[in-house]
Amino acid sequence: MQQGLASKEYKTVNYVSGPLIFVESPKGVSYGEIAKITAPDGEERTGQVLDVSGEVAIIQVYEGTSGIDDLKTKVRFTGEPPKIFVGYDMLGRILNGIGIPRDGGPPVVPEDCLAINGMPINPYARDKPSDFIQTGVSAIDALNTLVRGQKLPIFSGAGLPANELAAQIARQAKVLGEGEQFAVVFAAMGITHKEASFFMRDFERSGALERVVFFMNLADDPTIERIATPRCALTTAEFLAFAHGLHVLVILTDMTNYCEALREISTAREEVPGRRGYPGYMYTDLASLYERAGRITGNRGSITQIPILTMPDDDITHPVPDLTGYITEGQIVLSRDLFRRGAKPPIDVLPCLSRLMNLGIGPEKTREDHRNVADQLYASYAYGRDLRRLVSIVGEEALTEVDKKYLNFADKFEKEFVSQGNEDRSIGRTLEIAWELFSLLPEYELKRVKMEFIQKYHPHYAGGEARGAG
Amino acid sequence: MTEGLVARISGPVVIARNMKGSRMYDVVRVGDEELNGEIIRLDGDEAVVQVYEDTEGLTVGEKVATTGVPLSVELGPGLLSSIYDGIQRPLPVLQELSGSYISRGITVPGLDRSRQWDFIPAVRKGDAVGPGDILGTVQEFHIEHRIMVPPTHAGTVQHIHEGSCTVEDTICELDGSAEIALMQHWPVRKNRPYVTKMDPTLPLLTGQRVFDTMFPLVKGGTAMIPGGFGTGKTVSEQTLAKWSDTQIVVYIGCGERGNEMTDVLTEFPELVDPRSGKPLIHRTIMIANTSNMPVAAREASIYTGITIGEYFRDMGYDVSLMADSTSRWGEALREVSGRLEEMPGEEGYPAYLAARLAAFYERAGRVICLGSDARTGSVTVVGAVSPPGGDFSEPITQNTLRIAGTFWALDTSLANRRHFPAINWIKSYSLYLDMVHEWFAENVAQDWEELRGRTMYLLQKEVELQEIVQLVGPDALPEHEKAILEITRMIREDFLQQSAYDPVDSFCPLERQYWMLKVILFFYDAIVDAMEQGVPLKQILDLPLKTRIARMKEIEDVSEIEGIVAEIATGINEIGGGR
Repeated sequence: MQQGLASKEYKTVNYVSGPLIFVESPKGVSYGEIAKITAPDGEERTGQVLDVSGEVAIIQVYEGTSGIDDLKTKVRFTGEPPKIFVGYDMLGRILNGIGIPRDGGPPVVPEDCLAINGMPINPYARDKPSDFIQTGVSAIDALNTLVRGQKLPIFSGAGLPANELAAQIARQAKVLGEGEQFAVVFAAMGITHKEASFFMRDFERSGALERVVFFMNLADDPTIERIATPRCALTTAEFLAFAHGLHVLVILTDMTNYCEALREISTAREEVPGRRGYPGYMYTDLASLYERAGRITGNRGSITQIPILTMPDDDITHPVPDLTGYITEGQIVLSRDLFRRGAKPPIDVLPCLSRLMNLGIGPEKTREDHRNVADQLYASYAYGRDLRRLVSIVGEEALTEVDKKYLNFADKFEKEFVSQGNEDRSIGRTLEIAWELFSLLPEYELKRVKMEFIQKYHPHYAGGEARGAG
Repeated sequence: MTEGLVARISGPVVIARNMKGSRMYDVVRVGDEELNGEIIRLDGDEAVVQVYEDTEGLTVGEKVATTGVPLSVELGPGLLSSIYDGIQRPLPVLQELSGSYISRGITVPGLDRSRQWDFIPAVRKGDAVGPGDILGTVQEFHIEHRIMVPPTHAGTVQHIHEGSCTVEDTICELDGSAEIALMQHWPVRKNRPYVTKMDPTLPLLTGQRVFDTMFPLVKGGTAMIPGGFGTGKTVSEQTLAKWSDTQIVVYIGCGERGNEMTDVLTEFPELVDPRSGKPLIHRTIMIANTSNMPVAAREASIYTGITIGEYFRDMGYDVSLMADSTSRWGEALREVSGRLEEMPGEEGYPAYLAARLAAFYERAGRVICLGSDARTGSVTVVGAVSPPGGDFSEPITQNTLRIAGTFWALDTSLANRRHFPAINWIKSYSLYLDMVHEWFAENVAQDWEELRGRTMYLLQKEVELQEIVQLVGPDALPEHEKAILEITRMIREDFLQQSAYDPVDSFCPLERQYWMLKVILFFYDAIVDAMEQGVPLKQILDLPLKTRIARMKEIEDVSEIEGIVAEIATGINEIGGGR
């Protein structure tokens, strides 16, 4: 955060509520500017102006308000919006939630000082995402393809291995045929030390640590700082992507904690609450983060976002996953049911989606049959899952021969296709497994696949007679 | 012109003091950076302003000046194939001025001032003209841009220009020294006038089977597409923007994703309108106010869009307007209302939500336009709705339901199994069926209504049968009910499902739709007949006919689809089931 020129100090704090302090009769204060607050014990804190009139300025204090009094506390307005020093050598560093080193190293050598709120990208200046990112995870690559410049969140539940999946993606992600420069910006909001060190260890093991910038706001760090953490991270990502031409993968975890901080401020301001007490502007607020993913015409770099969030009570209609799903370009959903049955990663493909999939697949990118294969896998697996419900009532004997095959298909799909452990699968291998699964079904049931692809790729035709067609 | 001072700033809402004499809904310039805003409340000498740009850095005490005009759009040649933000600033020009990011305080006109247009007059000196009369034309791509007398003017032509001119040049002088330029202004919150509204009786064709055949929309009608995330609202809106049989399309990206607008921008120039044979972009106007752009401009964007739509309607064109998504517009309304500390209605939305929604949708319609030639034009509005948690009981969905004529309900469970378009055929409806069945009888086939009715009946029956199957298993059903399940599965998979990405399937002309459905129902009748003569269902289904019908979508030639009817007859005859 940049220091402004020394300016007038106010001792007119007259009301403190939750993370907010109210300063009376401010002069020349602008909306959104940074204020420095000196508590009676001499500790300096940072806050941001949320509302200002001639009579009062409302300030949210990033470090919280404990210890602030209405007599001795001094407030100084800097006249500057919140900013962060950014530089190329942030790579490999561990910073706190507002960009100050917490790894004991020297300060970051700044190349630029940027406002953390950023500015909206002109939709006309955006470049269409089109590069297929191979994550090595079949359920993503084949069915919910990730594309460079996309924002694809992971919807997790408490205790589900979202972190393992995110780390696996970060480790394995590559664009076919290219060995370009990449970086990872990792923003932790209110996660535990254990989770944070899991990521650090994983990056260290894969040798990627010096390509990662960590922004760490852990569970015991100030709550309100979490409002600034993703903004600092994304500003850094934009700098690395568009000033240095890197391909940046941004991991934001856990967005549910971020939204709770937002709710805390809203409640303290006594605003009219929306669903479940979250503020009515949460959609706009989340959009101002997620929309910072993308590519810009004439620029080499890109920002791909993987936000992780926890669905409270595994409820996908909860406001946090709901509003996220409305902004992001799809979602990867983890399932407790699959997790219990030992699937790794436990991705439930049915509610998953990648809206940009079609831009990244097809001939020259992945393979001509990719779209058809994905549609067929979905249709067949969904039907198989329906049958499971039926079987639990009427028993398997009541099913027709074809339906029994579907049931078997759904089981094999989960065991062999989705559950892959730590294997890094190429897209070719992934599609091959899909075709092996198709051979479990009668050929006339493959309605979603064009005839020419069946003749080209079906094991029955492609010299795989030994395996036996359905 | 009034000038006051900033007294309070709270997000997009600014309160200005010393504003006595300013008018409601006038545009103001706020602060030293001259941010654009609009007055939304007057209270003593205070004016409440919603600002269309980010207010960060604005300071108490900075000046606020009114412009004395309400928020207006510029209407004239140059609109087509443009992309604007919510307050009609052309995004390409913003990019030239401020780079890849949108910075603040930039005022740019909506229409290019320097571009020369070739004006061909249609009136002569001495002619008496009234509001809406066509003075002449300008060719804009393949569309004839008709230059009309503004609704406020009338008189005798004193002078008429011919040939090259810019949008600001006077092309016609009327007596009383009234000058008419190529371009006119119109306030966005005011409906453009017309002579009279007509009942909509012409279907708006989209090339989508589930829309055209099952739940048709009409030119001048309104439709809503509600659905949770990932159910395909945007794809549906884009599909409609691509294939609607209207001459003009206005596409409003209201609080949605930036990459989606890029998608439209890169895809539309390459796609060809199947009817005119020209690039789709040439008939399209885009308004892009993505979710991270200022929230107040999002509120304005749908008005900007529909005013442009009405302008082309007044020329006598059919216009379709896609608003994606009206929920984001409602949320913008809620956010501003919250900052105004208004008493909240349901779920925090302001009490006037329903009235505003109704007023917006009511601007749709098929009308006799102003002007002595009594031409007709129409605006059709298709609004996407994004209900939180996919729950249709929320206020925006419910209030829209009361006004929309066609209800296309998207269904998450259909989307999850990749049944697209994920329109739930049980929940959806069209109130225009009675109005269009005559048109279909005359232009498609006499038995269209009957065919559609039988299809709906079978689909309804399927729901009942599925409930039984869930309890007792499929084997317990009698043969003729099993046949129904086979047929409805065909209707669902081989007719209702339609790929938006397949080159042949993405656009399905009405005749092909009719024959596809006809083939499926003919197959059903043939099964019923054959079963009556003792042929077991399984034997019929083992014929290759099922696969043949499943591959109908890949056939472009209608006569080949017609031919399947004969194949079915022959096939069933051979196993002894013929009549």
